[in-house]
Parts: sequence; C-alpha cells; structure tokens
Amino acid sequence: MARITASVYTSHVPAIGAAMDLGKANEPYWQKVFSGYEHSRAWLRDQPPDVVFLVYNDHATAFSLELIPTFAIGTAAQFQPADEGWGPRPVPVVRGHPELAGHIAQSVIQDDFDLTIVNRMDVDHGLTVPLSLMCGEQDPKTGAWPCPVIPFAVNVVQYPVPSGRRCFQLGQAIRRAVESYDEPLNVHIWGTGGMSHQLQGPRAGLINREWDNAFLDRLIADPAGLAQVPHVEYVREAGSEGIELVMWLIARGAMADVAGGPAPRVAHRFYHVPASNTAVGHLILEN
Amino acid sequence: MALSRPYLDIPGTTIFDAEQSRKGYWLNQFCMSLMKADNRARFKAGERAYLDEWPMSEEQKLAVLSRDLNRCIAAGGNIYFLAKIGATDGRSFQQMAGSMTGMTEEEYRDMMVAGGRSIEGNRVVGEDGSAQAHRQPQGPSRAAR
Repeated sequence: MARITASVYTSHVPAIGAAMDLGKANEPYWQKVFSGYEHSRAWLRDQPPDVVFLVYNDHATAFSLELIPTFAIGTAAQFQPADEGWGPRPVPVVRGHPELAGHIAQSVIQDDFDLTIVNRMDVDHGLTVPLSLMCGEQDPKTGAWPCPVIPFAVNVVQYPVPSGRRCFQLGQAIRRAVESYDEPLNVHIWGTGGMSHQLQGPRAGLINREWDNAFLDRLIADPAGLAQVPHVEYVREAGSEGIELVMWLIARGAMADVAGGPAPRVAHRFYHVPASNTAVGHLILEN
Repeated sequence: MALSRPYLDIPGTTIFDAEQSRKGYWLNQFCMSLMKADNRARFKAGERAYLDEWPMSEEQKLAVLSRDLNRCIAAGGNIYFLAKIGATDGRSFQQMAGSMTGMTEEEYRDMMVAGGRSIEGNRVVGEDGSAQAHRQPQGPSRAAR
C-alpha cells in the first residue's frame, strides 16, 4: 500500500520565486531565506518521494470570482505554470499523478469531504515556489521536478475559508485514502502558505514573530488543539493573509500520530523575517 | 439573522467576504483579464477605454486609474486580483503593499527588514498602533513634514 512518510511546511512567497528566476538568490537579503532550505534540498535529494501531495492556494489565477471551490484536487496528467501577470515563471511543467489523485478524490469524497475535481488548471506561485524552494533551480525545458505532484487548492481568498478543524480532519481523510491505494508509493504531503503577513491596507507589513513560533510549536506537539483556533485569531494576530496557515493543518492531519501512531520526528525547522512582506516558516516532519 | 463578521474591529484591514466580493465582482474580473498579455497591452494603450468595456462603477474606474489600492479595496477589490494591475505596471507585491500605508517604498522596505510592523496596538480598533486610523498616513517622511 501507499504511505505518507513525511510532511513539509513552507511559505510560498512569490518574491522568492522571482529572486530565483532573476538570479538574485545569492544576494545577502535572499541568501538569508535560502539558507533555511539548504538542508531541506539535501534531505529531499537523499530520499525522494514517489509523489508529492501539495496543498496550496490559488491566488486569483486558475479560479476567478466565477468559481470558488473550497477544496479542489488536480487530477490531470500535467499542469502548466501560470501567467499571473508578470509572464509564466520559467520552471518545468508540473507532472500530475492522475491515478493516485483520482483514487484520493473518490476515497475522500466518500469520506464526506466534498472536493471539486479539476482536470484543467494552471498552477501559480503557491504551488511552484515550494517546489523551487525544495528542489532548487530547474531549467524550464531540460529540467524536471523530481516526481509527480498532485495539486490540492484551498480557497483562502474569499472569506469564509475552511476552518482549521475542517482542514485537520481532511488531512486525516487524505491519509486514509493514500493508505488504501494498492501500489507501494512513498508519498509526501506538503502544506504551504503563511506565515504572518498582510498585503493590504494601512496594516500591511504586519509580522507577529511570537505568534508564528507558537504556531510552529503547537503544529509539532499539539495539532489537535491548534486546529481549534478560529479564523479571526489568524487574521487578527497573523494578518489578513496569515489565514493561509490553515492549510498547514491539512498536511499535519495526515501524519501517523493523529491516527494513533508515534509522534513525528522534527527533521528541520526554520523561521526568518522577511521575504518581501512575509515571515518565512518552514518545517519538515517525518513519520 | 445577520452573518457573523467578527473581523470588523481589526484596524487597517478589510476582509474580502461575500459582501465585498459582491461589491467588487466586476472590478476583480477586470483585473483577471490582465492575466492575458494582449489585454495588458490593450489596457496600457488606452486605460479609460478599456475600463469602459466593463460594467464597473465610476468609483471603481477612478480608483484603478489613480492606482489608489486602498480606494480599490474599499470599492470591493481584493489584493490578489488587484495585483494584476501592479503586474501590468511592473510593480512588485512589496511596492503595492507599501503603497497602501502612506510610507515611501524605502521606508516600507526598511520596516520589513527591521522585522515588520508590530502587532502591538494593532489588534483592535481604538488602540494606538501604527495601523490605526488616527495615525494615517504613516512614515517618517510624513511625520517630519
């Protein structure tokens, strides 16, 4: 059977992708960000998964106001990097895993989560920046991401977004779905977005280092308790766009300890302010 | 019964909820159109004429023309949609976010490098933090004037 062996958590700031694409990664400002991912890149190279299930949010790219799915799973064979207005990022096409994605969709929907199934979708920086951070630069033509990726988009743009509790429960359903897949695949689940940031209004630029680090502590040791935190606390304490952090609870809910297994091993933890407007948080947990 | 909106007392912050989304539908959909290179070129060649193709309010059109993002958000815009205007203008997210504070680009960047805006005094309307209404616009260059 397939197994989830690890979860990865990371911010997905668009400026990080731009810094890599424009060759600025070695500038001191950006070096401080990328230094937190050197260990992660080696870790991923040493034990590459067969599939990454990547939880992210679309930023008014594939989904306009015409259609706003709360949870959307990408079941296509491939996904093109989107033109978000600056032109598409120069990164490889994202290969999907239609068989596993279709299996997870069927299992999770029958487990009472009403997913939207998406067979055509461009993927924006929310998905490609975590791949770039974890895998390093890839030539758009001759390069490739190390494995197939199942995009899983969560609405965190139009309020109300799903609750932390719902996300945590969904992660548990995704774990059950993966474990009911016959092929012995090594699957990672990544939760992306956050940490504290606000991109709008006179409060733009908000950072809450103390709240972010408490979030990381609780994500490791008390995810069930953390899942009870209401939306308004995220927004008030971590900024209007800090609400993205609910997506981390999907990945955390898929870890073994939530289903009675042993506590995960913390393979890596990193926190840095700033990347552009945002606090960068990063965590790797192994089952 | 009215829907609960417990976030209305957060200073300097507009949550993009169903009401804002309804108000800003065409403004945001106009922004989406700028994801196509052809549309960006057409918009740049004649902004007013391009805006007039959309059933937007006059206030929304003027807000776009003036590139006043706070005004766009008050008219129902959402920052991820409005970012397409910034992209069309060749501006970064940091430039766009900073423009809503009253700070110069340099002042805003320096604030971020120094650890960002503090949460203290900025949780609830009526406190005395930098994002409160009575402290606008912000920035040392303003305060010195």
